[in-house]
Amino acid sequence: MTKLPTWADVGLVPLISLTLAALVSAGVLLAIGQSPMQALTVMVNGALGSSYAWGYTLYYATSFIFTGLAVTVAFHAGLFNIGGEGQAQLGGLGVALVCLALPWPHWSIALVAAMFGAALFGAAWAAIPAYLQAKRGSHIVITTIMFNYIAAALMIYLLVNVLRPDGQMDPASANFPSGAHLPQFQEIPILQGLFQRFGADGQPRLNAEGLPLYQQVPANVTFFIAILACVLVWVMLWHTRLGYAIRAFGKSEKAAVYAGISPLRIIMIAMLISGALAGLMAINNVMGQAERLVQNSASGAGFIGIAVALMGRNHPLGIFLAAVLFGFLFQGGAALGLETDIPIELRTVVQGLVILFTGALDQMVRMLMGMFFAKKGAT
Amino acid sequence: MASADLGGRQATAAPASPYAIELKGISKAFGSVQANKDINIAIPRGTIHGIIGENGAGKSTLMSILYGFYRADSGQILVNGAPVTIPDSQSAIRAGIGMVFQHFKLAQNFTVLENVILGAEDGPMLNSSLAKARKILADLSREYELDVDPDALIEDLSVGHQQRVEILKALYRQAEILILDEPTGVLTPDEADHLFRILRGLRDQGKTIVLITHKLREIMETTDNVSVMRRGTMVATVKTAETSPEALAELMVGRKVLLEVVKNPAKAGNVVLSVKDLAVKDEHGVLRLKGVSFDIRAGEILGIAGVAGNGQSELLEALGGIAPASGLVVLNGAELPLAGPQANGKARRNAGIAHVPEDRQSLGLIMDFAAWENVGFGYHDDPRYQKNAWLMDNDALRADTAAKMATYDVRPPIPTLAAKSFSGGNQQKIVVAREMDRNPDLLLIGQPTRGVDIGAIEFIHKQIIALRDAGKAVLLVSVELDEIMSLSDRVLVMFDGQIMGERLPAQTDERELGMMMAGMIAK
Amino acid sequence: MDFATFLQISDTALRFATPLLLACLAGLFSERAGIFDIGLEGKMLMAAMSAGAVAAVTGSVWLGLFAAILGSLLFAAVHGLASITFRGNQLIAGVALNFVASGITVLIAESMFGQGGRTPPLEGAARFANIELPLAETLRAIPILGPFYAEVISGHTILVYVALALVPISWWVLFRTRFGLRLRAVGENPASVDTAGVSVVRLRFSAVIIAGVLCGLAGAYMSTGLQAGFGREMTAGRGYIALAALIFAKWRPWQALWATLLFGFLQALALRPDVVESMTRLAIPVPFLDALPYILTVIVLAGFVGKAIPPRAGGEPYVKER
Repeated sequence: MTKLPTWADVGLVPLISLTLAALVSAGVLLAIGQSPMQALTVMVNGALGSSYAWGYTLYYATSFIFTGLAVTVAFHAGLFNIGGEGQAQLGGLGVALVCLALPWPHWSIALVAAMFGAALFGAAWAAIPAYLQAKRGSHIVITTIMFNYIAAALMIYLLVNVLRPDGQMDPASANFPSGAHLPQFQEIPILQGLFQRFGADGQPRLNAEGLPLYQQVPANVTFFIAILACVLVWVMLWHTRLGYAIRAFGKSEKAAVYAGISPLRIIMIAMLISGALAGLMAINNVMGQAERLVQNSASGAGFIGIAVALMGRNHPLGIFLAAVLFGFLFQGGAALGLETDIPIELRTVVQGLVILFTGALDQMVRMLMGMFFAKKGAT
Repeated sequence: MASADLGGRQATAAPASPYAIELKGISKAFGSVQANKDINIAIPRGTIHGIIGENGAGKSTLMSILYGFYRADSGQILVNGAPVTIPDSQSAIRAGIGMVFQHFKLAQNFTVLENVILGAEDGPMLNSSLAKARKILADLSREYELDVDPDALIEDLSVGHQQRVEILKALYRQAEILILDEPTGVLTPDEADHLFRILRGLRDQGKTIVLITHKLREIMETTDNVSVMRRGTMVATVKTAETSPEALAELMVGRKVLLEVVKNPAKAGNVVLSVKDLAVKDEHGVLRLKGVSFDIRAGEILGIAGVAGNGQSELLEALGGIAPASGLVVLNGAELPLAGPQANGKARRNAGIAHVPEDRQSLGLIMDFAAWENVGFGYHDDPRYQKNAWLMDNDALRADTAAKMATYDVRPPIPTLAAKSFSGGNQQKIVVAREMDRNPDLLLIGQPTRGVDIGAIEFIHKQIIALRDAGKAVLLVSVELDEIMSLSDRVLVMFDGQIMGERLPAQTDERELGMMMAGMIAK
Repeated sequence: MDFATFLQISDTALRFATPLLLACLAGLFSERAGIFDIGLEGKMLMAAMSAGAVAAVTGSVWLGLFAAILGSLLFAAVHGLASITFRGNQLIAGVALNFVASGITVLIAESMFGQGGRTPPLEGAARFANIELPLAETLRAIPILGPFYAEVISGHTILVYVALALVPISWWVLFRTRFGLRLRAVGENPASVDTAGVSVVRLRFSAVIIAGVLCGLAGAYMSTGLQAGFGREMTAGRGYIALAALIFAKWRPWQALWATLLFGFLQALALRPDVVESMTRLAIPVPFLDALPYILTVIVLAGFVGKAIPPRAGGEPYVKER
């Protein structure tokens, strides 16, 4: 097989995989009698067409950055953490407990405390599968799947029996105090202008007090924390001793032991970081958007992290780009559900196809490209 | 007679040619690497034919073409004078070719009988196939000294017996031509002799044997004719009786080779390492190293001879901090912890032990890592490679790698190239550079020249002797007796996890060591 | 728990165990051949939707069953293509197919029936009928065994009996036939099969296809036997429980039966918190009972109930080497 140039391997393979996934999705749409072009138009408008739209797109992207990084850190240690979903739900529990504990005086203090809670709970939920893998050799893929189901059951129990305020019907926690409210994009001074609302006459719309009105979007300060997390994960993996040890262990457990790297230590640390990152996602959705804990709070973002990590080639920069792409897909998919007859589940299909093409059929994509490059080389 | 029954198909077709196999103009390339170039060879029926060459000379590729694993890019194969195409192993088997691979192709939790019939069953039901095979196996065993219990599980058999199962598999498929790839690597000299007796017996029955090896002695003792390969080409085919080991070695390498290592007498100093009752259990709780005791002094090379799998690997792993052990190990007067969190590779490096592991590809290197990352492997905590308390100094590590590559003649000298892109010899030089450059008090070195070309062998041997002459202690483990004999100042022989005795190289010979390696002479 | 309740719960347990058993046997064939199959869930879901949709449209449960097998086979083929032909990561392929199944079943059901991703309720010939086994009423008089036969063993749909019959059949195929010998060998050491001149690719594909057929049966049972129609995510993790049962059973057919019966029993108990409470004198929350199979699986995986050694070549794509 022809060896691909590095730029093709890093850049082109994911793009071609994505194109294949898009083509198959288009085929599915045609098969159920829908127009792929119309779907794409609706998605682009719904996800990018207005400040409102990309305020949602970036909100979703924020969550996916965290879960994508979570999968990536574990992946570099040779561990396939499918448990991001459960870890993110537990992270939500940590956020809720912190936010409900005090009438927080300022959001910045609440944020630091809630991040701690989210990371702690997410990491704790990853710790048990990690320990069982390290000490008992239990396959982490299966145990993390089991822990997703156990987490779901645990959250139902807690929301129904423990966290639900008296007299409330739906299984959810109380609303967080206003001191725990994170600034959303339209509340951040330098971004504010982008979200200003205008009337049909093109004049700014004002409220009763004569102040400008802003479009409400869920994207919030967590987005910047997510970018910071990308940088920190990159530094950790490629510029620290710990990152070196994690990557060496991920490539070869036997060799790592020869080098004096402790498997127990690396499995535990990598999974704790992974779980903490997945848990941190809850800052975005639970604290930044819902402002209370609801059932199934992660709503699949933990699983999307797998697609994001594979698509992003397990590199933080790639993950950032892939997360924005999936943010687009998620918000665009929601628009589809609202404006067309195409069920919102289309995005699950696309997500699965992206995982399939980037994670399992990558050899096929490389072979196809190898044929292309071989031909080009021959002429 | 079972043999008539077995050979029936071949015997009825009157051979039109005196040659069992003829290869004409076989070429095969992998990418830009030409593994076989215009190979021509004719192997007379009823002979043992040796094929000898260095690692990477193309021997195994050629035999894989013959067994249908690869297809040649060009050329022709003739079996008994008739041209054949061999697109897959099934066709090779049909043409009467059987192959015994270096790494056995057996299902570990199957019985001998199940492995033998696998792929050659009589019908869709197993019972009748098994019954028939049991009878044929009994006949074959009797005829060729190939005793194996048909109901034993493979995982319970010794490697020597597993090899017999492989031979039985080929014979059960009525192979007339038997190819053996490096068959003695895992055998004791005694088991190897038994194997060669079996092969001679097969030849006398009219079968054709192709023996691939890099051991000159086996070629000289066993074969009728020998072909020499070098860098993908067939450089000569000669009658074994009309050649010598020196002539063959020169043909293999393409220049005169010094088979002897030049070294001064050792000036042994104080005891550096003292080992008492060192024992290691494997993960199933089986005792692999059964309490060995020895000392190594500064300025000497202690060689450990033995057939692979007799506890040498466990010895290296216990001393290198990889496997937990029991007993007493004292290095420079300080006792080393042998189990628990303090017994690890890092702690041993800090204590002054460097370790070139037996298997560089799975232990010594991370094949996907760049050369510079591999130079930091095991030493990534070294203060020289740190920028500050938090960050590693990758630039310093790359610079150090470039320097080591120059000193140890690693080719190509590109620190950013992945380890897997280097040849076996250059990979080993990277490991040797990393470990020896630390100026350790004790060097553990396992199979230093396995899979390494002859040029690099000389270089690595010189480095080991230079370290000794600098007053360091060296523990050398090798399954190559020649290497042990020429490098060591003292030799310990291991068998079944125990030390059978100590000899001085000048006062022993390969025959005596061979007997000890088979467990036949105790102290 | 009185005897009548026990019979009732056992009856439910057998119903719940059936899709688990079929999926578990599917996993058994696949994993014995060295292909880890995390995609049991997706194949079942696809099959359940296909069966529900086709049975609803045609009114024939048998056409539904046929469609279920086809739907499941389509996914099995993709899994085989990814993990055998292109030597991709078997686990990732399985995960991917589960997502595709989760979405596409709703897409198809919605576009066909417009009922929120469900298929219309099935009745009559569009469902599998319960079969009264011979002499069920006659033998009822025999103490304990009689009612057990009449209440628990008798009165299920054909697929329940097919699943039970498949246990000895699977054992016989795997351990008494040439095909089974080769299939097990390819999961232990594919090189042993390859060097014997037998195609590793063909064997592994046969195993994956068998797994596809069995998942087809499991899914068809979900939507036409256990329930009357397909609903979104109706398999609800059963594919993963089957996988867990396979580990529990240490990749053996008879043990697979006992493991799936146990998990089926736990699922049946989760429907009767009152019985659990009266037995344990504790108010055990329903979510805990729901989670119990998963918790038990973790305990099994942790090796507290004997060490489970998977087929040696499992999860590894086969690459020829000398």
